[in-house]
Amino acid sequence: MEFQLPEYSLRMMLPEIVLFLAALVVITFDVVTKRKSGTAVGYLAMGGLVLTAIVMATTGYGRGFGNMFIVNPLALFFKVIFIGAAFMAIGSSFGITQKKIVNHRGEFFGLIMFSTLGMMFLASSRELVSLYIGLELTTIPLFVLAGFFKDDKRSVEAGIKYLIVGAFSSALLLYGISFLYGLTGTTDLFQMQVGLATKQIATQGNMGAIMVVAIVTIVAGLGFKLALPPFHQWAPDVYEGAPTPVTAFLSVGSKAAGLVAFVKVVVIGLYSFYEPLMKPNDWGIMVGVLAAVATILGNTVAIRQTNIKRMLAYSSIAHVGYMMIGLLAMNELGLSSVAFYMFAYLFTNMGAFAIVTLVEERTGSCDISDYNGLARSAPFVSLSLAIFLLSLTGVPPLAGFVGKFYIFAAALKQAGSQAGQDWLYWLVGVGILTTVFALYYYANVIKMMYFGKREDPPKITLNPPAVAVVVIGLVGVILFGLYPAPIIEFASNIPLSYGFIVP
Amino acid sequence: MTDPSEVGIVFWVLSTVILVSAVMVVSLRNIFHCAIFLILTLTGVAGIFVTLNAEFLAAAQVLIYVGAVATLMVFGIMLTSDIASRRIEMTNQKAGVAVLACMVFALGVLFLIKITTKAGAGVWQTATEPLPADNVLTIGKQLMTEFVLPFEVVSVLLLAAMIGAIVLARREAS
Repeated sequence: MEFQLPEYSLRMMLPEIVLFLAALVVITFDVVTKRKSGTAVGYLAMGGLVLTAIVMATTGYGRGFGNMFIVNPLALFFKVIFIGAAFMAIGSSFGITQKKIVNHRGEFFGLIMFSTLGMMFLASSRELVSLYIGLELTTIPLFVLAGFFKDDKRSVEAGIKYLIVGAFSSALLLYGISFLYGLTGTTDLFQMQVGLATKQIATQGNMGAIMVVAIVTIVAGLGFKLALPPFHQWAPDVYEGAPTPVTAFLSVGSKAAGLVAFVKVVVIGLYSFYEPLMKPNDWGIMVGVLAAVATILGNTVAIRQTNIKRMLAYSSIAHVGYMMIGLLAMNELGLSSVAFYMFAYLFTNMGAFAIVTLVEERTGSCDISDYNGLARSAPFVSLSLAIFLLSLTGVPPLAGFVGKFYIFAAALKQAGSQAGQDWLYWLVGVGILTTVFALYYYANVIKMMYFGKREDPPKITLNPPAVAVVVIGLVGVILFGLYPAPIIEFASNIPLSYGFIVP
Repeated sequence: MTDPSEVGIVFWVLSTVILVSAVMVVSLRNIFHCAIFLILTLTGVAGIFVTLNAEFLAAAQVLIYVGAVATLMVFGIMLTSDIASRRIEMTNQKAGVAVLACMVFALGVLFLIKITTKAGAGVWQTATEPLPADNVLTIGKQLMTEFVLPFEVVSVLLLAAMIGAIVLARREAS
């Protein structure tokens, strides 16, 4: 059994190797300096991520390790999001790490980087075993990060809850993967797609019923990772208890990782699965109902929240619903619009959470009432948060609006182009209607900041990295809202990589 | 596995052991007894793997689950003061829902087994080539060649998990 590595295989993995070494350097540096390095270790971690991004930009497209590792527009686009999320999460955590995580700063940053590494492997996998390993490498550091404040009961509760839910959802996912392997005889998503398209596998007799079980368990397993209802119950508690920068990283990075896994397995691997039981329309409706429930439930329950982290948790559940609408359009515009939406969500949500972190450092809590009258004592912070919240709602000309616009356009285009897809009209209708609910609770926070009558609103102390994160978020939200063309153009390459064709 | 009927008997005996001890794990009130029955359950599953000609899985099951996981659990219980002798209070408020969900799942699986094992076109396609005589060897070769990348990434995963475990378990000097 000869095995020859293609000559370019390790070269394609260079960004991952750099990130891995950077994570080790960060952890070692913190230990070697006897935990007294202060903010240096955080800057080191941010530098490592920047270096990874630079290396990634110079590596380009290609594949390595046979069929195991592939860099195509889909992988590259999402890797940018992962690195961006990690960079902004680390940047916004300087205050917390200086005060509350004195002994384990290196591990805190290192685990975020390990989790990012898992996401990057996941995005580059074209095969179910490496996809699963990538997903595990993503979530296991996150269990620890969610429970990082060992003295804080809510943080420990968040860690345990996330661990149990994560293990359970991984088991469900593996169950579905084992069925897929049993039916198709391969773990390679591309071969799976070809086999299903040419009806060589999994189409005889009652195999379709097994396929349904496989798809349902995989959607459920990934639904937990994405916090897609009815698999969302863990999200508000974990988001509330986890350290705020970790919550931000969970809500963007981990969500994007779940999304890319969903795209790979369900959209790419099973794209050609038409017969005999589950036409794409049928499982489309199944996921469509979940998406509708997500937008309704996320946006209505968010109204009642008094804790801003819980509010953003429910709003992130709603955003997963919007992303699913784009995926369900199942056309080329759909996938690229979801990618753009995730990109806009990166800047918006990371920025919003950076501000929540800043306010929490000052007030010690995350109650929405803390924001009462904040505009008078902290105008920059208030204005930024207002812009981020408006972008989350989808108010033009911000990036969130462009994302929502493209998603709804993709779904409407598909609904009009093919008979029997009228349900997409309903889905878009629900999406637009729930956006109005969203406006209510986001605007409520803005109203409180600007028209609140509190006597002595808290002064917010700013630290440079957090300000940098907020500014990056603001630039992203406004720039890509006014001029989204370059990102849209790049995202429109993604459908080319449906069949893993390397351009 | 020469005689299918013998395998059948072994299967039923093992299944009974697994099911009974699994019920014990969740229903006994002493956590130490639960752990012992968990070991029995896991060993039974290893036995099922042997009857299915999956020696590698059986060995891995014994080494990892029985050898490492269960032993760690027993150590954990014995090192936690005053837990092994205590009766654990349990609340089973959702027992009805749980039983219903399990029944639905079990009936669904039974239905699938029934419709996919009928003679005719609908039978589950198993491997067309004969299984390699020494499948441990084949798995080993696969791990070091085709699947070498995920195999190596697992070591990164273990490193991350170890760092995380140390962070969480360390007693902080305050």
